Parts: sequence; structure tokens; C-alpha cells
Amino acid sequence: MPSAPDESRRTAPHVTIRGLCKTFSDTPIYDHFDFDIPRGKLISVFGPNGCGKSTLINMIAGLIAPDAGEVLFDGRPLSDVKFGYVFQNYREALFPWLSAFDNIAYPLKLMRVARAERDRRVEQLVARLGVKIDLALYPYQLSGGQQQLVSIMRALIVEPEILFLDEPFSALDYEMTLFMRDQLQMVFMETATTTVLVSHDLEEAVYLADYVLLLSRHPARVVEFAPFDAPRPRTDKTMSEPDFIATKAHCLKLFQQEVRRG
Amino acid sequence: MKQSRALLPLVGVVILLAVWTLVTALRLVDPVLLPSPLATFRTLWAGMVSGKLGADFVKTVIRTITSTAIAAVIAIPLGILLGSSEKLYRSVEFLIDFFRSTPASAMFPLFLVLFGVGDRTKISVAAFGAALVILFNVAYGVMNARKTRLLAAKVMGASRTRVLFDVMLRESLPQTFVGLRNGVSLALVIIVVAEMFIGSTDGLGQRVFEAQQLFDMPGMYAAIFAAGALGYTLNLVFLVIERRFVHWAGR
Repeated sequence: MPSAPDESRRTAPHVTIRGLCKTFSDTPIYDHFDFDIPRGKLISVFGPNGCGKSTLINMIAGLIAPDAGEVLFDGRPLSDVKFGYVFQNYREALFPWLSAFDNIAYPLKLMRVARAERDRRVEQLVARLGVKIDLALYPYQLSGGQQQLVSIMRALIVEPEILFLDEPFSALDYEMTLFMRDQLQMVFMETATTTVLVSHDLEEAVYLADYVLLLSRHPARVVEFAPFDAPRPRTDKTMSEPDFIATKAHCLKLFQQEVRRG
Repeated sequence: MKQSRALLPLVGVVILLAVWTLVTALRLVDPVLLPSPLATFRTLWAGMVSGKLGADFVKTVIRTITSTAIAAVIAIPLGILLGSSEKLYRSVEFLIDFFRSTPASAMFPLFLVLFGVGDRTKISVAAFGAALVILFNVAYGVMNARKTRLLAAKVMGASRTRVLFDVMLRESLPQTFVGLRNGVSLALVIIVVAEMFIGSTDGLGQRVFEAQQLFDMPGMYAAIFAAGALGYTLNLVFLVIERRFVHWAGR
């Protein structure tokens, strides 16, 4: 768990992406893309439709193989790294034949952790996040937000050093989205795990981020790596403060320039 | 309101019985061809409790269950194997579709030559028909496992074998049960036909046929109802098992 103070003082980037290339049906989405992901920060990835936001985290997390290039985590390949991945479609990502509790414990089962230890660690995570869901229920008996929270807990149970979320709240209604943003913020404050969040909602991207990574139309370049350092926990009030409004307006301007360019 | 809704399925039954009673009471149809409901159900009851009908019923049940069980034991592992590799399935798809479309009753003469007159022929033809239906459904269930779910398991570090057992198998269960239900229905049809024609001395098919030959109309209708009740119950049993073991189906 990268929560010890000497860990957070390390300034070397956590993930280094070098020369990443990916072409989908003759369209180059990434063409020698370089980027460094800082440690212990929450990065929101934002950009025009089809620019390859999800493709980026899918390549980093090994769901899609890049045509060329290299992604290293503190110099190590992905296979040496514990990471968590949260899908947009929680309904299809959770296992409906397992209870919420067993869904969360499943990655530990894959790691051959003994039953008692699995139970203990799930209980611990539940207590730590203050989750109030009846975990004996099956996923389909839970609301959308609760299911996505279970997905996030399943990603966290292995104590990942990096957490990827692919538009995790876009299938939820607005009320639930607001609630889940704060849940995610709480998880982040609690664990200080390096987090990469793909979002198609600029408000959400800025609200949650330490940095907003703005991508161009394909082939994707970094248009801006905009910092946003409002103190946490951020609340509804954060969204009416000048700093938030300025950052959001700045990102929106760059985004629209990119959209018009295409 | 709720209670009256629960009674809705009975409406059709009551109407059928009323029309049937009326037709027989007014003698609109020759009573020799169509006995009254009361006479029919009295024969059914007597036959099931103490007569030969009950023994024939049990015979047919055993044959149908045996053939479905044999079909399932062969077809489920084979379906999983074929379904887990789309290439493999595509290479035998034509054969499966061809024999699945071949009326199983057309195979009787061949199986008679292979197994002779007796239970083995009936059961193997029914198992043959049911197996193809089950095989096809299991393979499709495995092939259509949701991609996100497979990816989710993969991204959590599950090996190919773990993905197969932990995800693909579970994902295919709803479709497997569709196959089992269709399979048992088909097996019953084949068994009853076989009992009628290929030198049988017992079973529901034989009972219907014999009653008709003897012009024992109440006995014939009773045997038909027994066969109907059997088919309906077998389907229901599989539905109940499915609800219990595949509680997530359709959700």
C-alpha cells in the first residue's frame, strides 16, 4: 500500500509510457505517445469522442495490446504489478452467480488466499471505507451505484498500486453519480492509490482530479496536463469556487478547440 | 385483484371442460368417439392408481429420464469443449445442424439394426436426438459468454482454465438449461413414438395405441392425458431446478 510517508515523497513518475502506437482499422489512434503518470495522484483523462481515452488505460492495463511501445511501472512490466480495473458496465463486469461479498473476495481467491484470510480482508476493506451495503445479496439485487461500488471494492481488495476506472459512473443517474464521486474521492483519500479515471464529463473530471489529462483528436497527443489542487474532501461548494470554474473553463476552451480542429 | 390474477390460468381449463361436458351431454359427437370428461378422468384415476396405465407411465418416465441423462452426460462436456473454441465449433457446425435437423424418428431403422428390438434402441434414439439439442445450446452458451465478464476475470489475473471454469461455465448455464428442457421434451416425443411402433409391450405410447386398437376410448384419452401431464411435469421440474441453480438468469 503506497501510503507510507516516504512513498508519497518520492517524485519519480509511477508509470512511464514510451513510444506507444496503436492503429485501429487504418486509423492511427496513438502514434509514438509518451507520457508519465505521477505517483499517488488522481488523473482524469478527458478528450473528444473517439480520441482513445479508454484505449489508453486499456493498453496500460494490458486489456489491449499496443502495436509498439512500452509501459513500465517503476521500471517493472505489468505482469509484476498488482492493479485494479473498474469497468463502465458493472452489470456485465460483476459475477451474478456470486454474492457481492464473494465478488469482492474473488481476486484473493485467484491469488490462493485462504478462505478465512479472504473474509478478514473483505471485512477490513468494508470497515475502512464505511460501506453500508448488505454484501450477502447478489449483484442484481443491488442498485446500479451499489454494484459499481462493489466493483470498485473488488478492484481495491488486492491493495493495488494503481487503479484504473473506465467511465465508471456514466451508466448511473445524476443523483447516484454525485454520490459515487464522493465515494471514489473517499477511497482515494483513504488509500492514496495512483488512480487513472477516464471520464466524458468535464465537471466530474475536474472535481475528482489532481491533474486533468486533456487528449487531442487522434492520433492522440497531450493537449494539456492541467493541475487542480483544491483541498480534499471537495464538496458541492468546491464546484462554485473560482479555482474550479477557471480550471473547468480552461479545459473546456482547449477541448472545444480540439473538437473544431477535427 | 391479486388472487383473481392467480386464477387466470384456470379460465382456459374451465372453458375447455365446460365445452367438452356440453358437447358430450348434448351428444353433438358420437359418445363412442368422445367420452365425457367424468368418464375419462375416472378411467385415468383408476388406471394410474391400480391399473396398467400407472406401470406404463413409470416405464415411459424411466426411459425418458435415462435417455436425457445419457444425452446430458455426453453433450454437456462436448458442448463446453466445442464452445470454448469458436474455430472448433465452426468446423463441426454443419454436422451438428444437419443431424439436429434430421428427424430422429428416421433413425429408428438404423438403431434397430444396431441394437435390436428393445429398450436400448428406444433409449439410444431419444438420447441421440436430445444430445444434439443439448450440445448445440451448451456450445452457444459458452460461445456467447459476455466479453466484459471474461475480460474482468482476465484482468484480475485468472488463467485460461480458471476463466473457463469460473466464468464460461457459469455463463453457459442458462442456455444449458434451455437445451436440457428442449432435450427432455424431444426425448419424450421420441420415446412415445418408439413405444407405439417398434414392437413394444409397455409404455404410454403402447397404451395409447392399444386402447385405440381395442376401441377403448376413455382408456385412450386417459393415456393421452397421462402423457401430457408427464411432458408438462418434466418441463416444470427442469424449470424449478433452473430457478434454484441459475438464479441470475435473465437478470
